[in-house]
Amino acid sequence: MHIPKPLDPAAALKSALPDALADVKEFRGETTLIVNREQITAVAQYVRDTPGLVYNFLSDISAVDYYPESSRPERFGVSYHIYSMLYNRRLRLKVFVPEDDTTVSTVTAVWPAANWLEREIFDMMGITFTGHPDMRRLLMPADWDGHPHRRDYPLGYETIQFSFNIEEILKHKPLAKE
Amino acid sequence: MAIQIPDSEAQEFKWEGSVDELKGLVSDRAITGETMLLNMGPHHPSTHGVLRLLLELDGEEIVTCMPDIGFLHTGIEKNIESKTYEKAVTLTDRMDYLSPISNNMAFCLAVEKLTDLDVPARAQLIRVTCLELQRLSSHLVWLGTHAIDLGAMSVFLYCFREREKILEMLEMLSGQRMMGSYFRPGGVWRDITPEFLPSLRAFLDMFPAKIDDYEALLTKNPLWIDRTQGIGVVEPEVALAWGLSGPTLRGSGVNWDIRKSTPYSGYEQFEFNVPLGEHGDVYDRFYCRVLELREGVKILNQAYARLEKEPTGIFRSNNRKFVPPPRAELGQSMEAVIHHFKLWTEGFSAPDEEVFVSVESPRGEISCYLHGTGGTKPRRVHFKTPSFIHIGALPVMTKGHLIADLVAIIGSIDCVLGDCDR
Amino acid sequence: MGVTQKLGNLGVVTTTLDTAINWARNGAMWPLLFGLACCAIEYMSTQASSYDLSRFGMELNRATPRQADLIIVSGRVTRKMAPVVRQLYDQMASPKWVISMGDCASCGGVYNNYAVVQGVDEIIPVDVYVAGCPPRPEQLLHGILTLQEKIYGDTIKDWA
Repeated sequence: MHIPKPLDPAAALKSALPDALADVKEFRGETTLIVNREQITAVAQYVRDTPGLVYNFLSDISAVDYYPESSRPERFGVSYHIYSMLYNRRLRLKVFVPEDDTTVSTVTAVWPAANWLEREIFDMMGITFTGHPDMRRLLMPADWDGHPHRRDYPLGYETIQFSFNIEEILKHKPLAKE
Repeated sequence: MAIQIPDSEAQEFKWEGSVDELKGLVSDRAITGETMLLNMGPHHPSTHGVLRLLLELDGEEIVTCMPDIGFLHTGIEKNIESKTYEKAVTLTDRMDYLSPISNNMAFCLAVEKLTDLDVPARAQLIRVTCLELQRLSSHLVWLGTHAIDLGAMSVFLYCFREREKILEMLEMLSGQRMMGSYFRPGGVWRDITPEFLPSLRAFLDMFPAKIDDYEALLTKNPLWIDRTQGIGVVEPEVALAWGLSGPTLRGSGVNWDIRKSTPYSGYEQFEFNVPLGEHGDVYDRFYCRVLELREGVKILNQAYARLEKEPTGIFRSNNRKFVPPPRAELGQSMEAVIHHFKLWTEGFSAPDEEVFVSVESPRGEISCYLHGTGGTKPRRVHFKTPSFIHIGALPVMTKGHLIADLVAIIGSIDCVLGDCDR
Repeated sequence: MGVTQKLGNLGVVTTTLDTAINWARNGAMWPLLFGLACCAIEYMSTQASSYDLSRFGMELNRATPRQADLIIVSGRVTRKMAPVVRQLYDQMASPKWVISMGDCASCGGVYNNYAVVQGVDEIIPVDVYVAGCPPRPEQLLHGILTLQEKIYGDTIKDWA
């Protein structure tokens, strides 16, 4: 069957959705397209459906918290790592999410694999995905407070046991013997 | 069995469903009481680990299946943010605890990509050997537990007997049977010991006969065929849309193996086939993994032949900015002492950029997203683990099946809850 | 009114009764089929043919806690799983023993963070702690033998 020639994703996106693409970055052989947050669903649909791009496999969605630095435009970044089975190449779409409006529209309609990946990001980072069929906590218990993977959430560790604080620590362990 | 669909057709599939289909909640029939809600709780003999499934049943048939995970969520990703890159390798071991070496591999490849660190060819060869040994050991556990779930008890004992030999070999290399943290950024921790190669040879000579044993028990067994053929069928386009990978995807006929498509660590120098299924049912996924056992032996034979020619040599990069010097050098060289001091107190720094690496683990595609800070500790590590995606796709795979089939399907996706919850 | 009072404190009879009861309890202790994480795989290795647990009477792992005597907590206990472990322990009938297998179950292990309970002894009383990450099968067997010694030291005067 006839396979169309692969297109350059940045150029194709710029010609089809010109105001969606904010920046293009290259690092260690990986291409990142920085996309405007409002148009991520349109961009996702475009890169999946256009012959010549066909990014039909979603590998991963990850979120980063840049707090407390201000080296990036916004506090959170969400990266979509997609792969084209036909052309055997990878791409990253990145959106920046501000702290006061932590919503992004969902891409579950484009890649259903995003279902649980977005739920995990909601649970861990607190970024809500509008239009998601089932936006609930996934890994933490349903009544948990806070979003653990944020940088201002404490690691929550138990202090190291010395002889001066052993009584305090043992108060947490009523059933531990000698 | 290993029929290949022409690549171009299989790889263009697009999913055309609607978002409403993805609601993982109970249907209205449960509220009227027409269907029954059953909790297959976190403590259950047939869920592989602490997986809780809420089943909505119409008689014995499953209408909806809602997985509830998180009972093993350990916060490994957050813990790694407070450790240096070299120390974090020990934490990555414990995610997918049936194949710790593949997790190490994903993380080490990501660190090496981020810091642009070289890995010598012999270290890559040792890495491939360990990865394939780990693949065999993980598939043996899978086979044993899958068979015992469906009633074949002796397969469990046979598989674990062979697995002991593999664990002994891994212990010779890294000092510990399971969580060895043998892979480090730049190569491996130490050279292969003299007793490793003869044990590997003895193992490779006896293992093919054992695979024949397992096949004799299961492959043509009418009870096994009845319980696994036609169950849990996943069409290729649905599988791709839902992000399945590894043998779970290849059972549906899609030819995607990361070791072939984007080879890492010298895999392009090895000759091996990728088994494919045809129907996408439990039997095909089972048979793909059994054939992968044979392919693993093939790769290990080639690796043994190459390792035999240089049983000792370099095993880690020489870049002293990232790799601590061997202790023998510390008595002789001042720079070695300084490097040792800086690396073990502070660690090495990585740039404030993000990288993405994916690796073919026995379960599927495990990928590592690593974002550095410019300092010595990572800003963010995220692992996409295959079991997470596969359990997320369980509702699609189990619709309309019986509970007994559910057990077979969970076994066939080879889920490990440490891998799922991290 | 205890058994010992009824028998009139006959020292010789109760000693032999002790030995008999403890021997019976040790000989066929049925563990709960309960594995959380990596230590469970080492537990499965111990159960399999190379390091056989059946020779200690632990051939059968009962899936239901009502029929089990021993719970081997193998693996990290997270905050979400902790109520489940407590419920399983409560559902077991006396006499029951707990072996905390591995570092995570004994003290939180490698993970000192928001998600992991720092030692299962925060929720259930533990009889024997087995160290290791994961403990080798020989270490687990040593733990089981220690538990057996402990049970041999039990006397009927404590519970009857």
